[in-house]
Amino acid sequence: MTNMLQVRDLHVTFVTPDRTVHAVNGVSFDLARGETLGILGESGSGKSVTLRSILRLHPEHRTRWSGSIKLEGDEILDMAPRALSDLRGQRVSMIFQEPATAFDPVFTIGQQIAETVRRHTGKSQTESMKRAKDLLEMVRIPSPAQRLKAYPHEMSGGMRQRAMIALALSCNPTLLLADEPTTALDATVQIQVLLLIRELQREFNLGVIFVTHDIGVAVEVSDRIGVMYAGKLVEMAPVERMVDAPQHPYSRGLLASTVHDGMRGQRLESIPGAPPDLAEVPSGCSFAPRCKFVRPDCTAAVPSLRDVEAAHAVRCVLAA
Amino acid sequence: MDTLLPIQDRGGPAQPLLLATGLRKHFPVAGGLFGRTTKVVRAVDDLTLSVAKGETLGVVGESGCGKSTVARLLIRLLKPDKGTMVLDGDPVDEPHGITVNELRRQVQMVFQDSYASLNPRLTIAETLAFAPRAHGLPAAEARERVHDLLSKVGLDPANYATRYPHELSGGQRQRVNIARALALRPRLIILDEAVSALDKSVEAQVLNMLVDLKTELDLTYVFISHDLNVVQYLSDRVLVMYLGKIVELGPVEAIYGNPQHPYTRALLSARPSMDPRKRTHEAPIQGDPPNPIDPPSGCRFRTRCPFAEDVCARVEPPLADAKFQAVACHMRVAGSGHSKAMAA
Repeated sequence: MTNMLQVRDLHVTFVTPDRTVHAVNGVSFDLARGETLGILGESGSGKSVTLRSILRLHPEHRTRWSGSIKLEGDEILDMAPRALSDLRGQRVSMIFQEPATAFDPVFTIGQQIAETVRRHTGKSQTESMKRAKDLLEMVRIPSPAQRLKAYPHEMSGGMRQRAMIALALSCNPTLLLADEPTTALDATVQIQVLLLIRELQREFNLGVIFVTHDIGVAVEVSDRIGVMYAGKLVEMAPVERMVDAPQHPYSRGLLASTVHDGMRGQRLESIPGAPPDLAEVPSGCSFAPRCKFVRPDCTAAVPSLRDVEAAHAVRCVLAA
Repeated sequence: MDTLLPIQDRGGPAQPLLLATGLRKHFPVAGGLFGRTTKVVRAVDDLTLSVAKGETLGVVGESGCGKSTVARLLIRLLKPDKGTMVLDGDPVDEPHGITVNELRRQVQMVFQDSYASLNPRLTIAETLAFAPRAHGLPAAEARERVHDLLSKVGLDPANYATRYPHELSGGQRQRVNIARALALRPRLIILDEAVSALDKSVEAQVLNMLVDLKTELDLTYVFISHDLNVVQYLSDRVLVMYLGKIVELGPVEAIYGNPQHPYTRALLSARPSMDPRKRTHEAPIQGDPPNPIDPPSGCRFRTRCPFAEDVCARVEPPLADAKFQAVACHMRVAGSGHSKAMAA
């Protein structure tokens, strides 16, 4: 498999008059066509900021970035506005957590999908509407012809999320970015949407980056899982390996503290403390203050992301 | 005079701490031209439940199933349209019973949004002292109580008492909310999605703390959540709701080990597996939960149920006792007319 996306040493800093936040501090990874990468992290870990950087969705005047994001050889961080708007939707597209706010409430679902198709492909109004109907059918929305005329508020949460997936795939992108797309959905609906994403990913051979805080969801959809903490990837491994033998103390703590079947009556393993404030770039391992295996060299320098075996990299001085 | 001594148990351990019978809450919603036609959201319909002393009753269900309405009814933030409540033998809000204020001294609540449920203009100490002071505790004793409460929830009083809510993290704020709920020495705490907004590593800390506090202070919990794993971890008995109705109720082992209602089964198998080699290949049920305005006739789950038959649309299934749990499904009622039911 060839890599379609290369992210190298990405740093993203938000600067406002009051404060500076170092949201992403040196993230590097590759993604192959047809691969699903799950990015797992807690709030403030920089997982969504990393994802949004790939579409450059951050406000330009308040964001400073460095590093490189290359899609099929094209540097996204250097793109001019025109190239950027061709990139968005046509090559890379995104689905969000809250479909109710991602759609415009005063236009119908059909109008919004057709408009996107028209803008990117130059098709006629009738042809675009026909394409919109096919897309709704593709995401298995019942009676798609009627649903074209529905306004977002007339649809249920699950249907809206399906419509957003249809919108995202309307211009045949090769890379789909998913930012917690099932978090706001009910359990019985979440699994339907996850299965749909998995199916479409296979059908169109999409590269998918799936950001979530839910380990179960990440395990359900990903080929590889990257764990983020304080703006850095601390571990990256194939999904089986991540579940069976996580190496970084944070990944281990996260897996152990997640409640699942058969833990009743046991005391939960919790990670003491809370994630650090990202106003300053940490000088050593950012997890050191919460880590029970901490030793002097943890705080001396930032540990590098080292391969412990093929395709399994860990950012910890203890990893062998 | 300390007016806030722990409340003495009355009816003995066998008497339920809280008994709610036939609770109903409907919300009218205006619709149509000029809001003249009104529709009704049937949030909770004819719900009967008891909470035993010292147990944790878990309540699960999807959005719109009425689980938060149940919480608000139990603490009387909402007045039920119908139904009665009895707290340890005393009828609530009735001539010979206890007042709603009395109820709230003994029943407290923790909400999901830790920030919205604290007054941003009060320090943590002021928030925690508010109720004890209102109940007549002298200032000095209230201060002592605040220190005691903060230590109980794992926050150093010297460090946190004078801070404001925005200076705390989500996990710390939720600890303060739990401390506030404990301030009047209640017997029952209703936790409405109390850990749902927390990160996993912090959630585990708070869950451990809830388990410890329950033993230490002899508490009873009603734990409401959409997270089936957390409910399984914490609860002794579990109540499954669907569109304002109880569909299944029983001990945690029976509900998770041998679920009887098709909805409970679907809900449990919709959980993502934690094993990449055992991924889910088919969704257990299709579609979204219907709108609680004008719910389906008969069994409210029938529109999504793979086993639905004529009788399910015509007759509402009663919550009937099965072997270990109570189930509201025609397939479990002998002679109900469903082809999968036993003959009468």
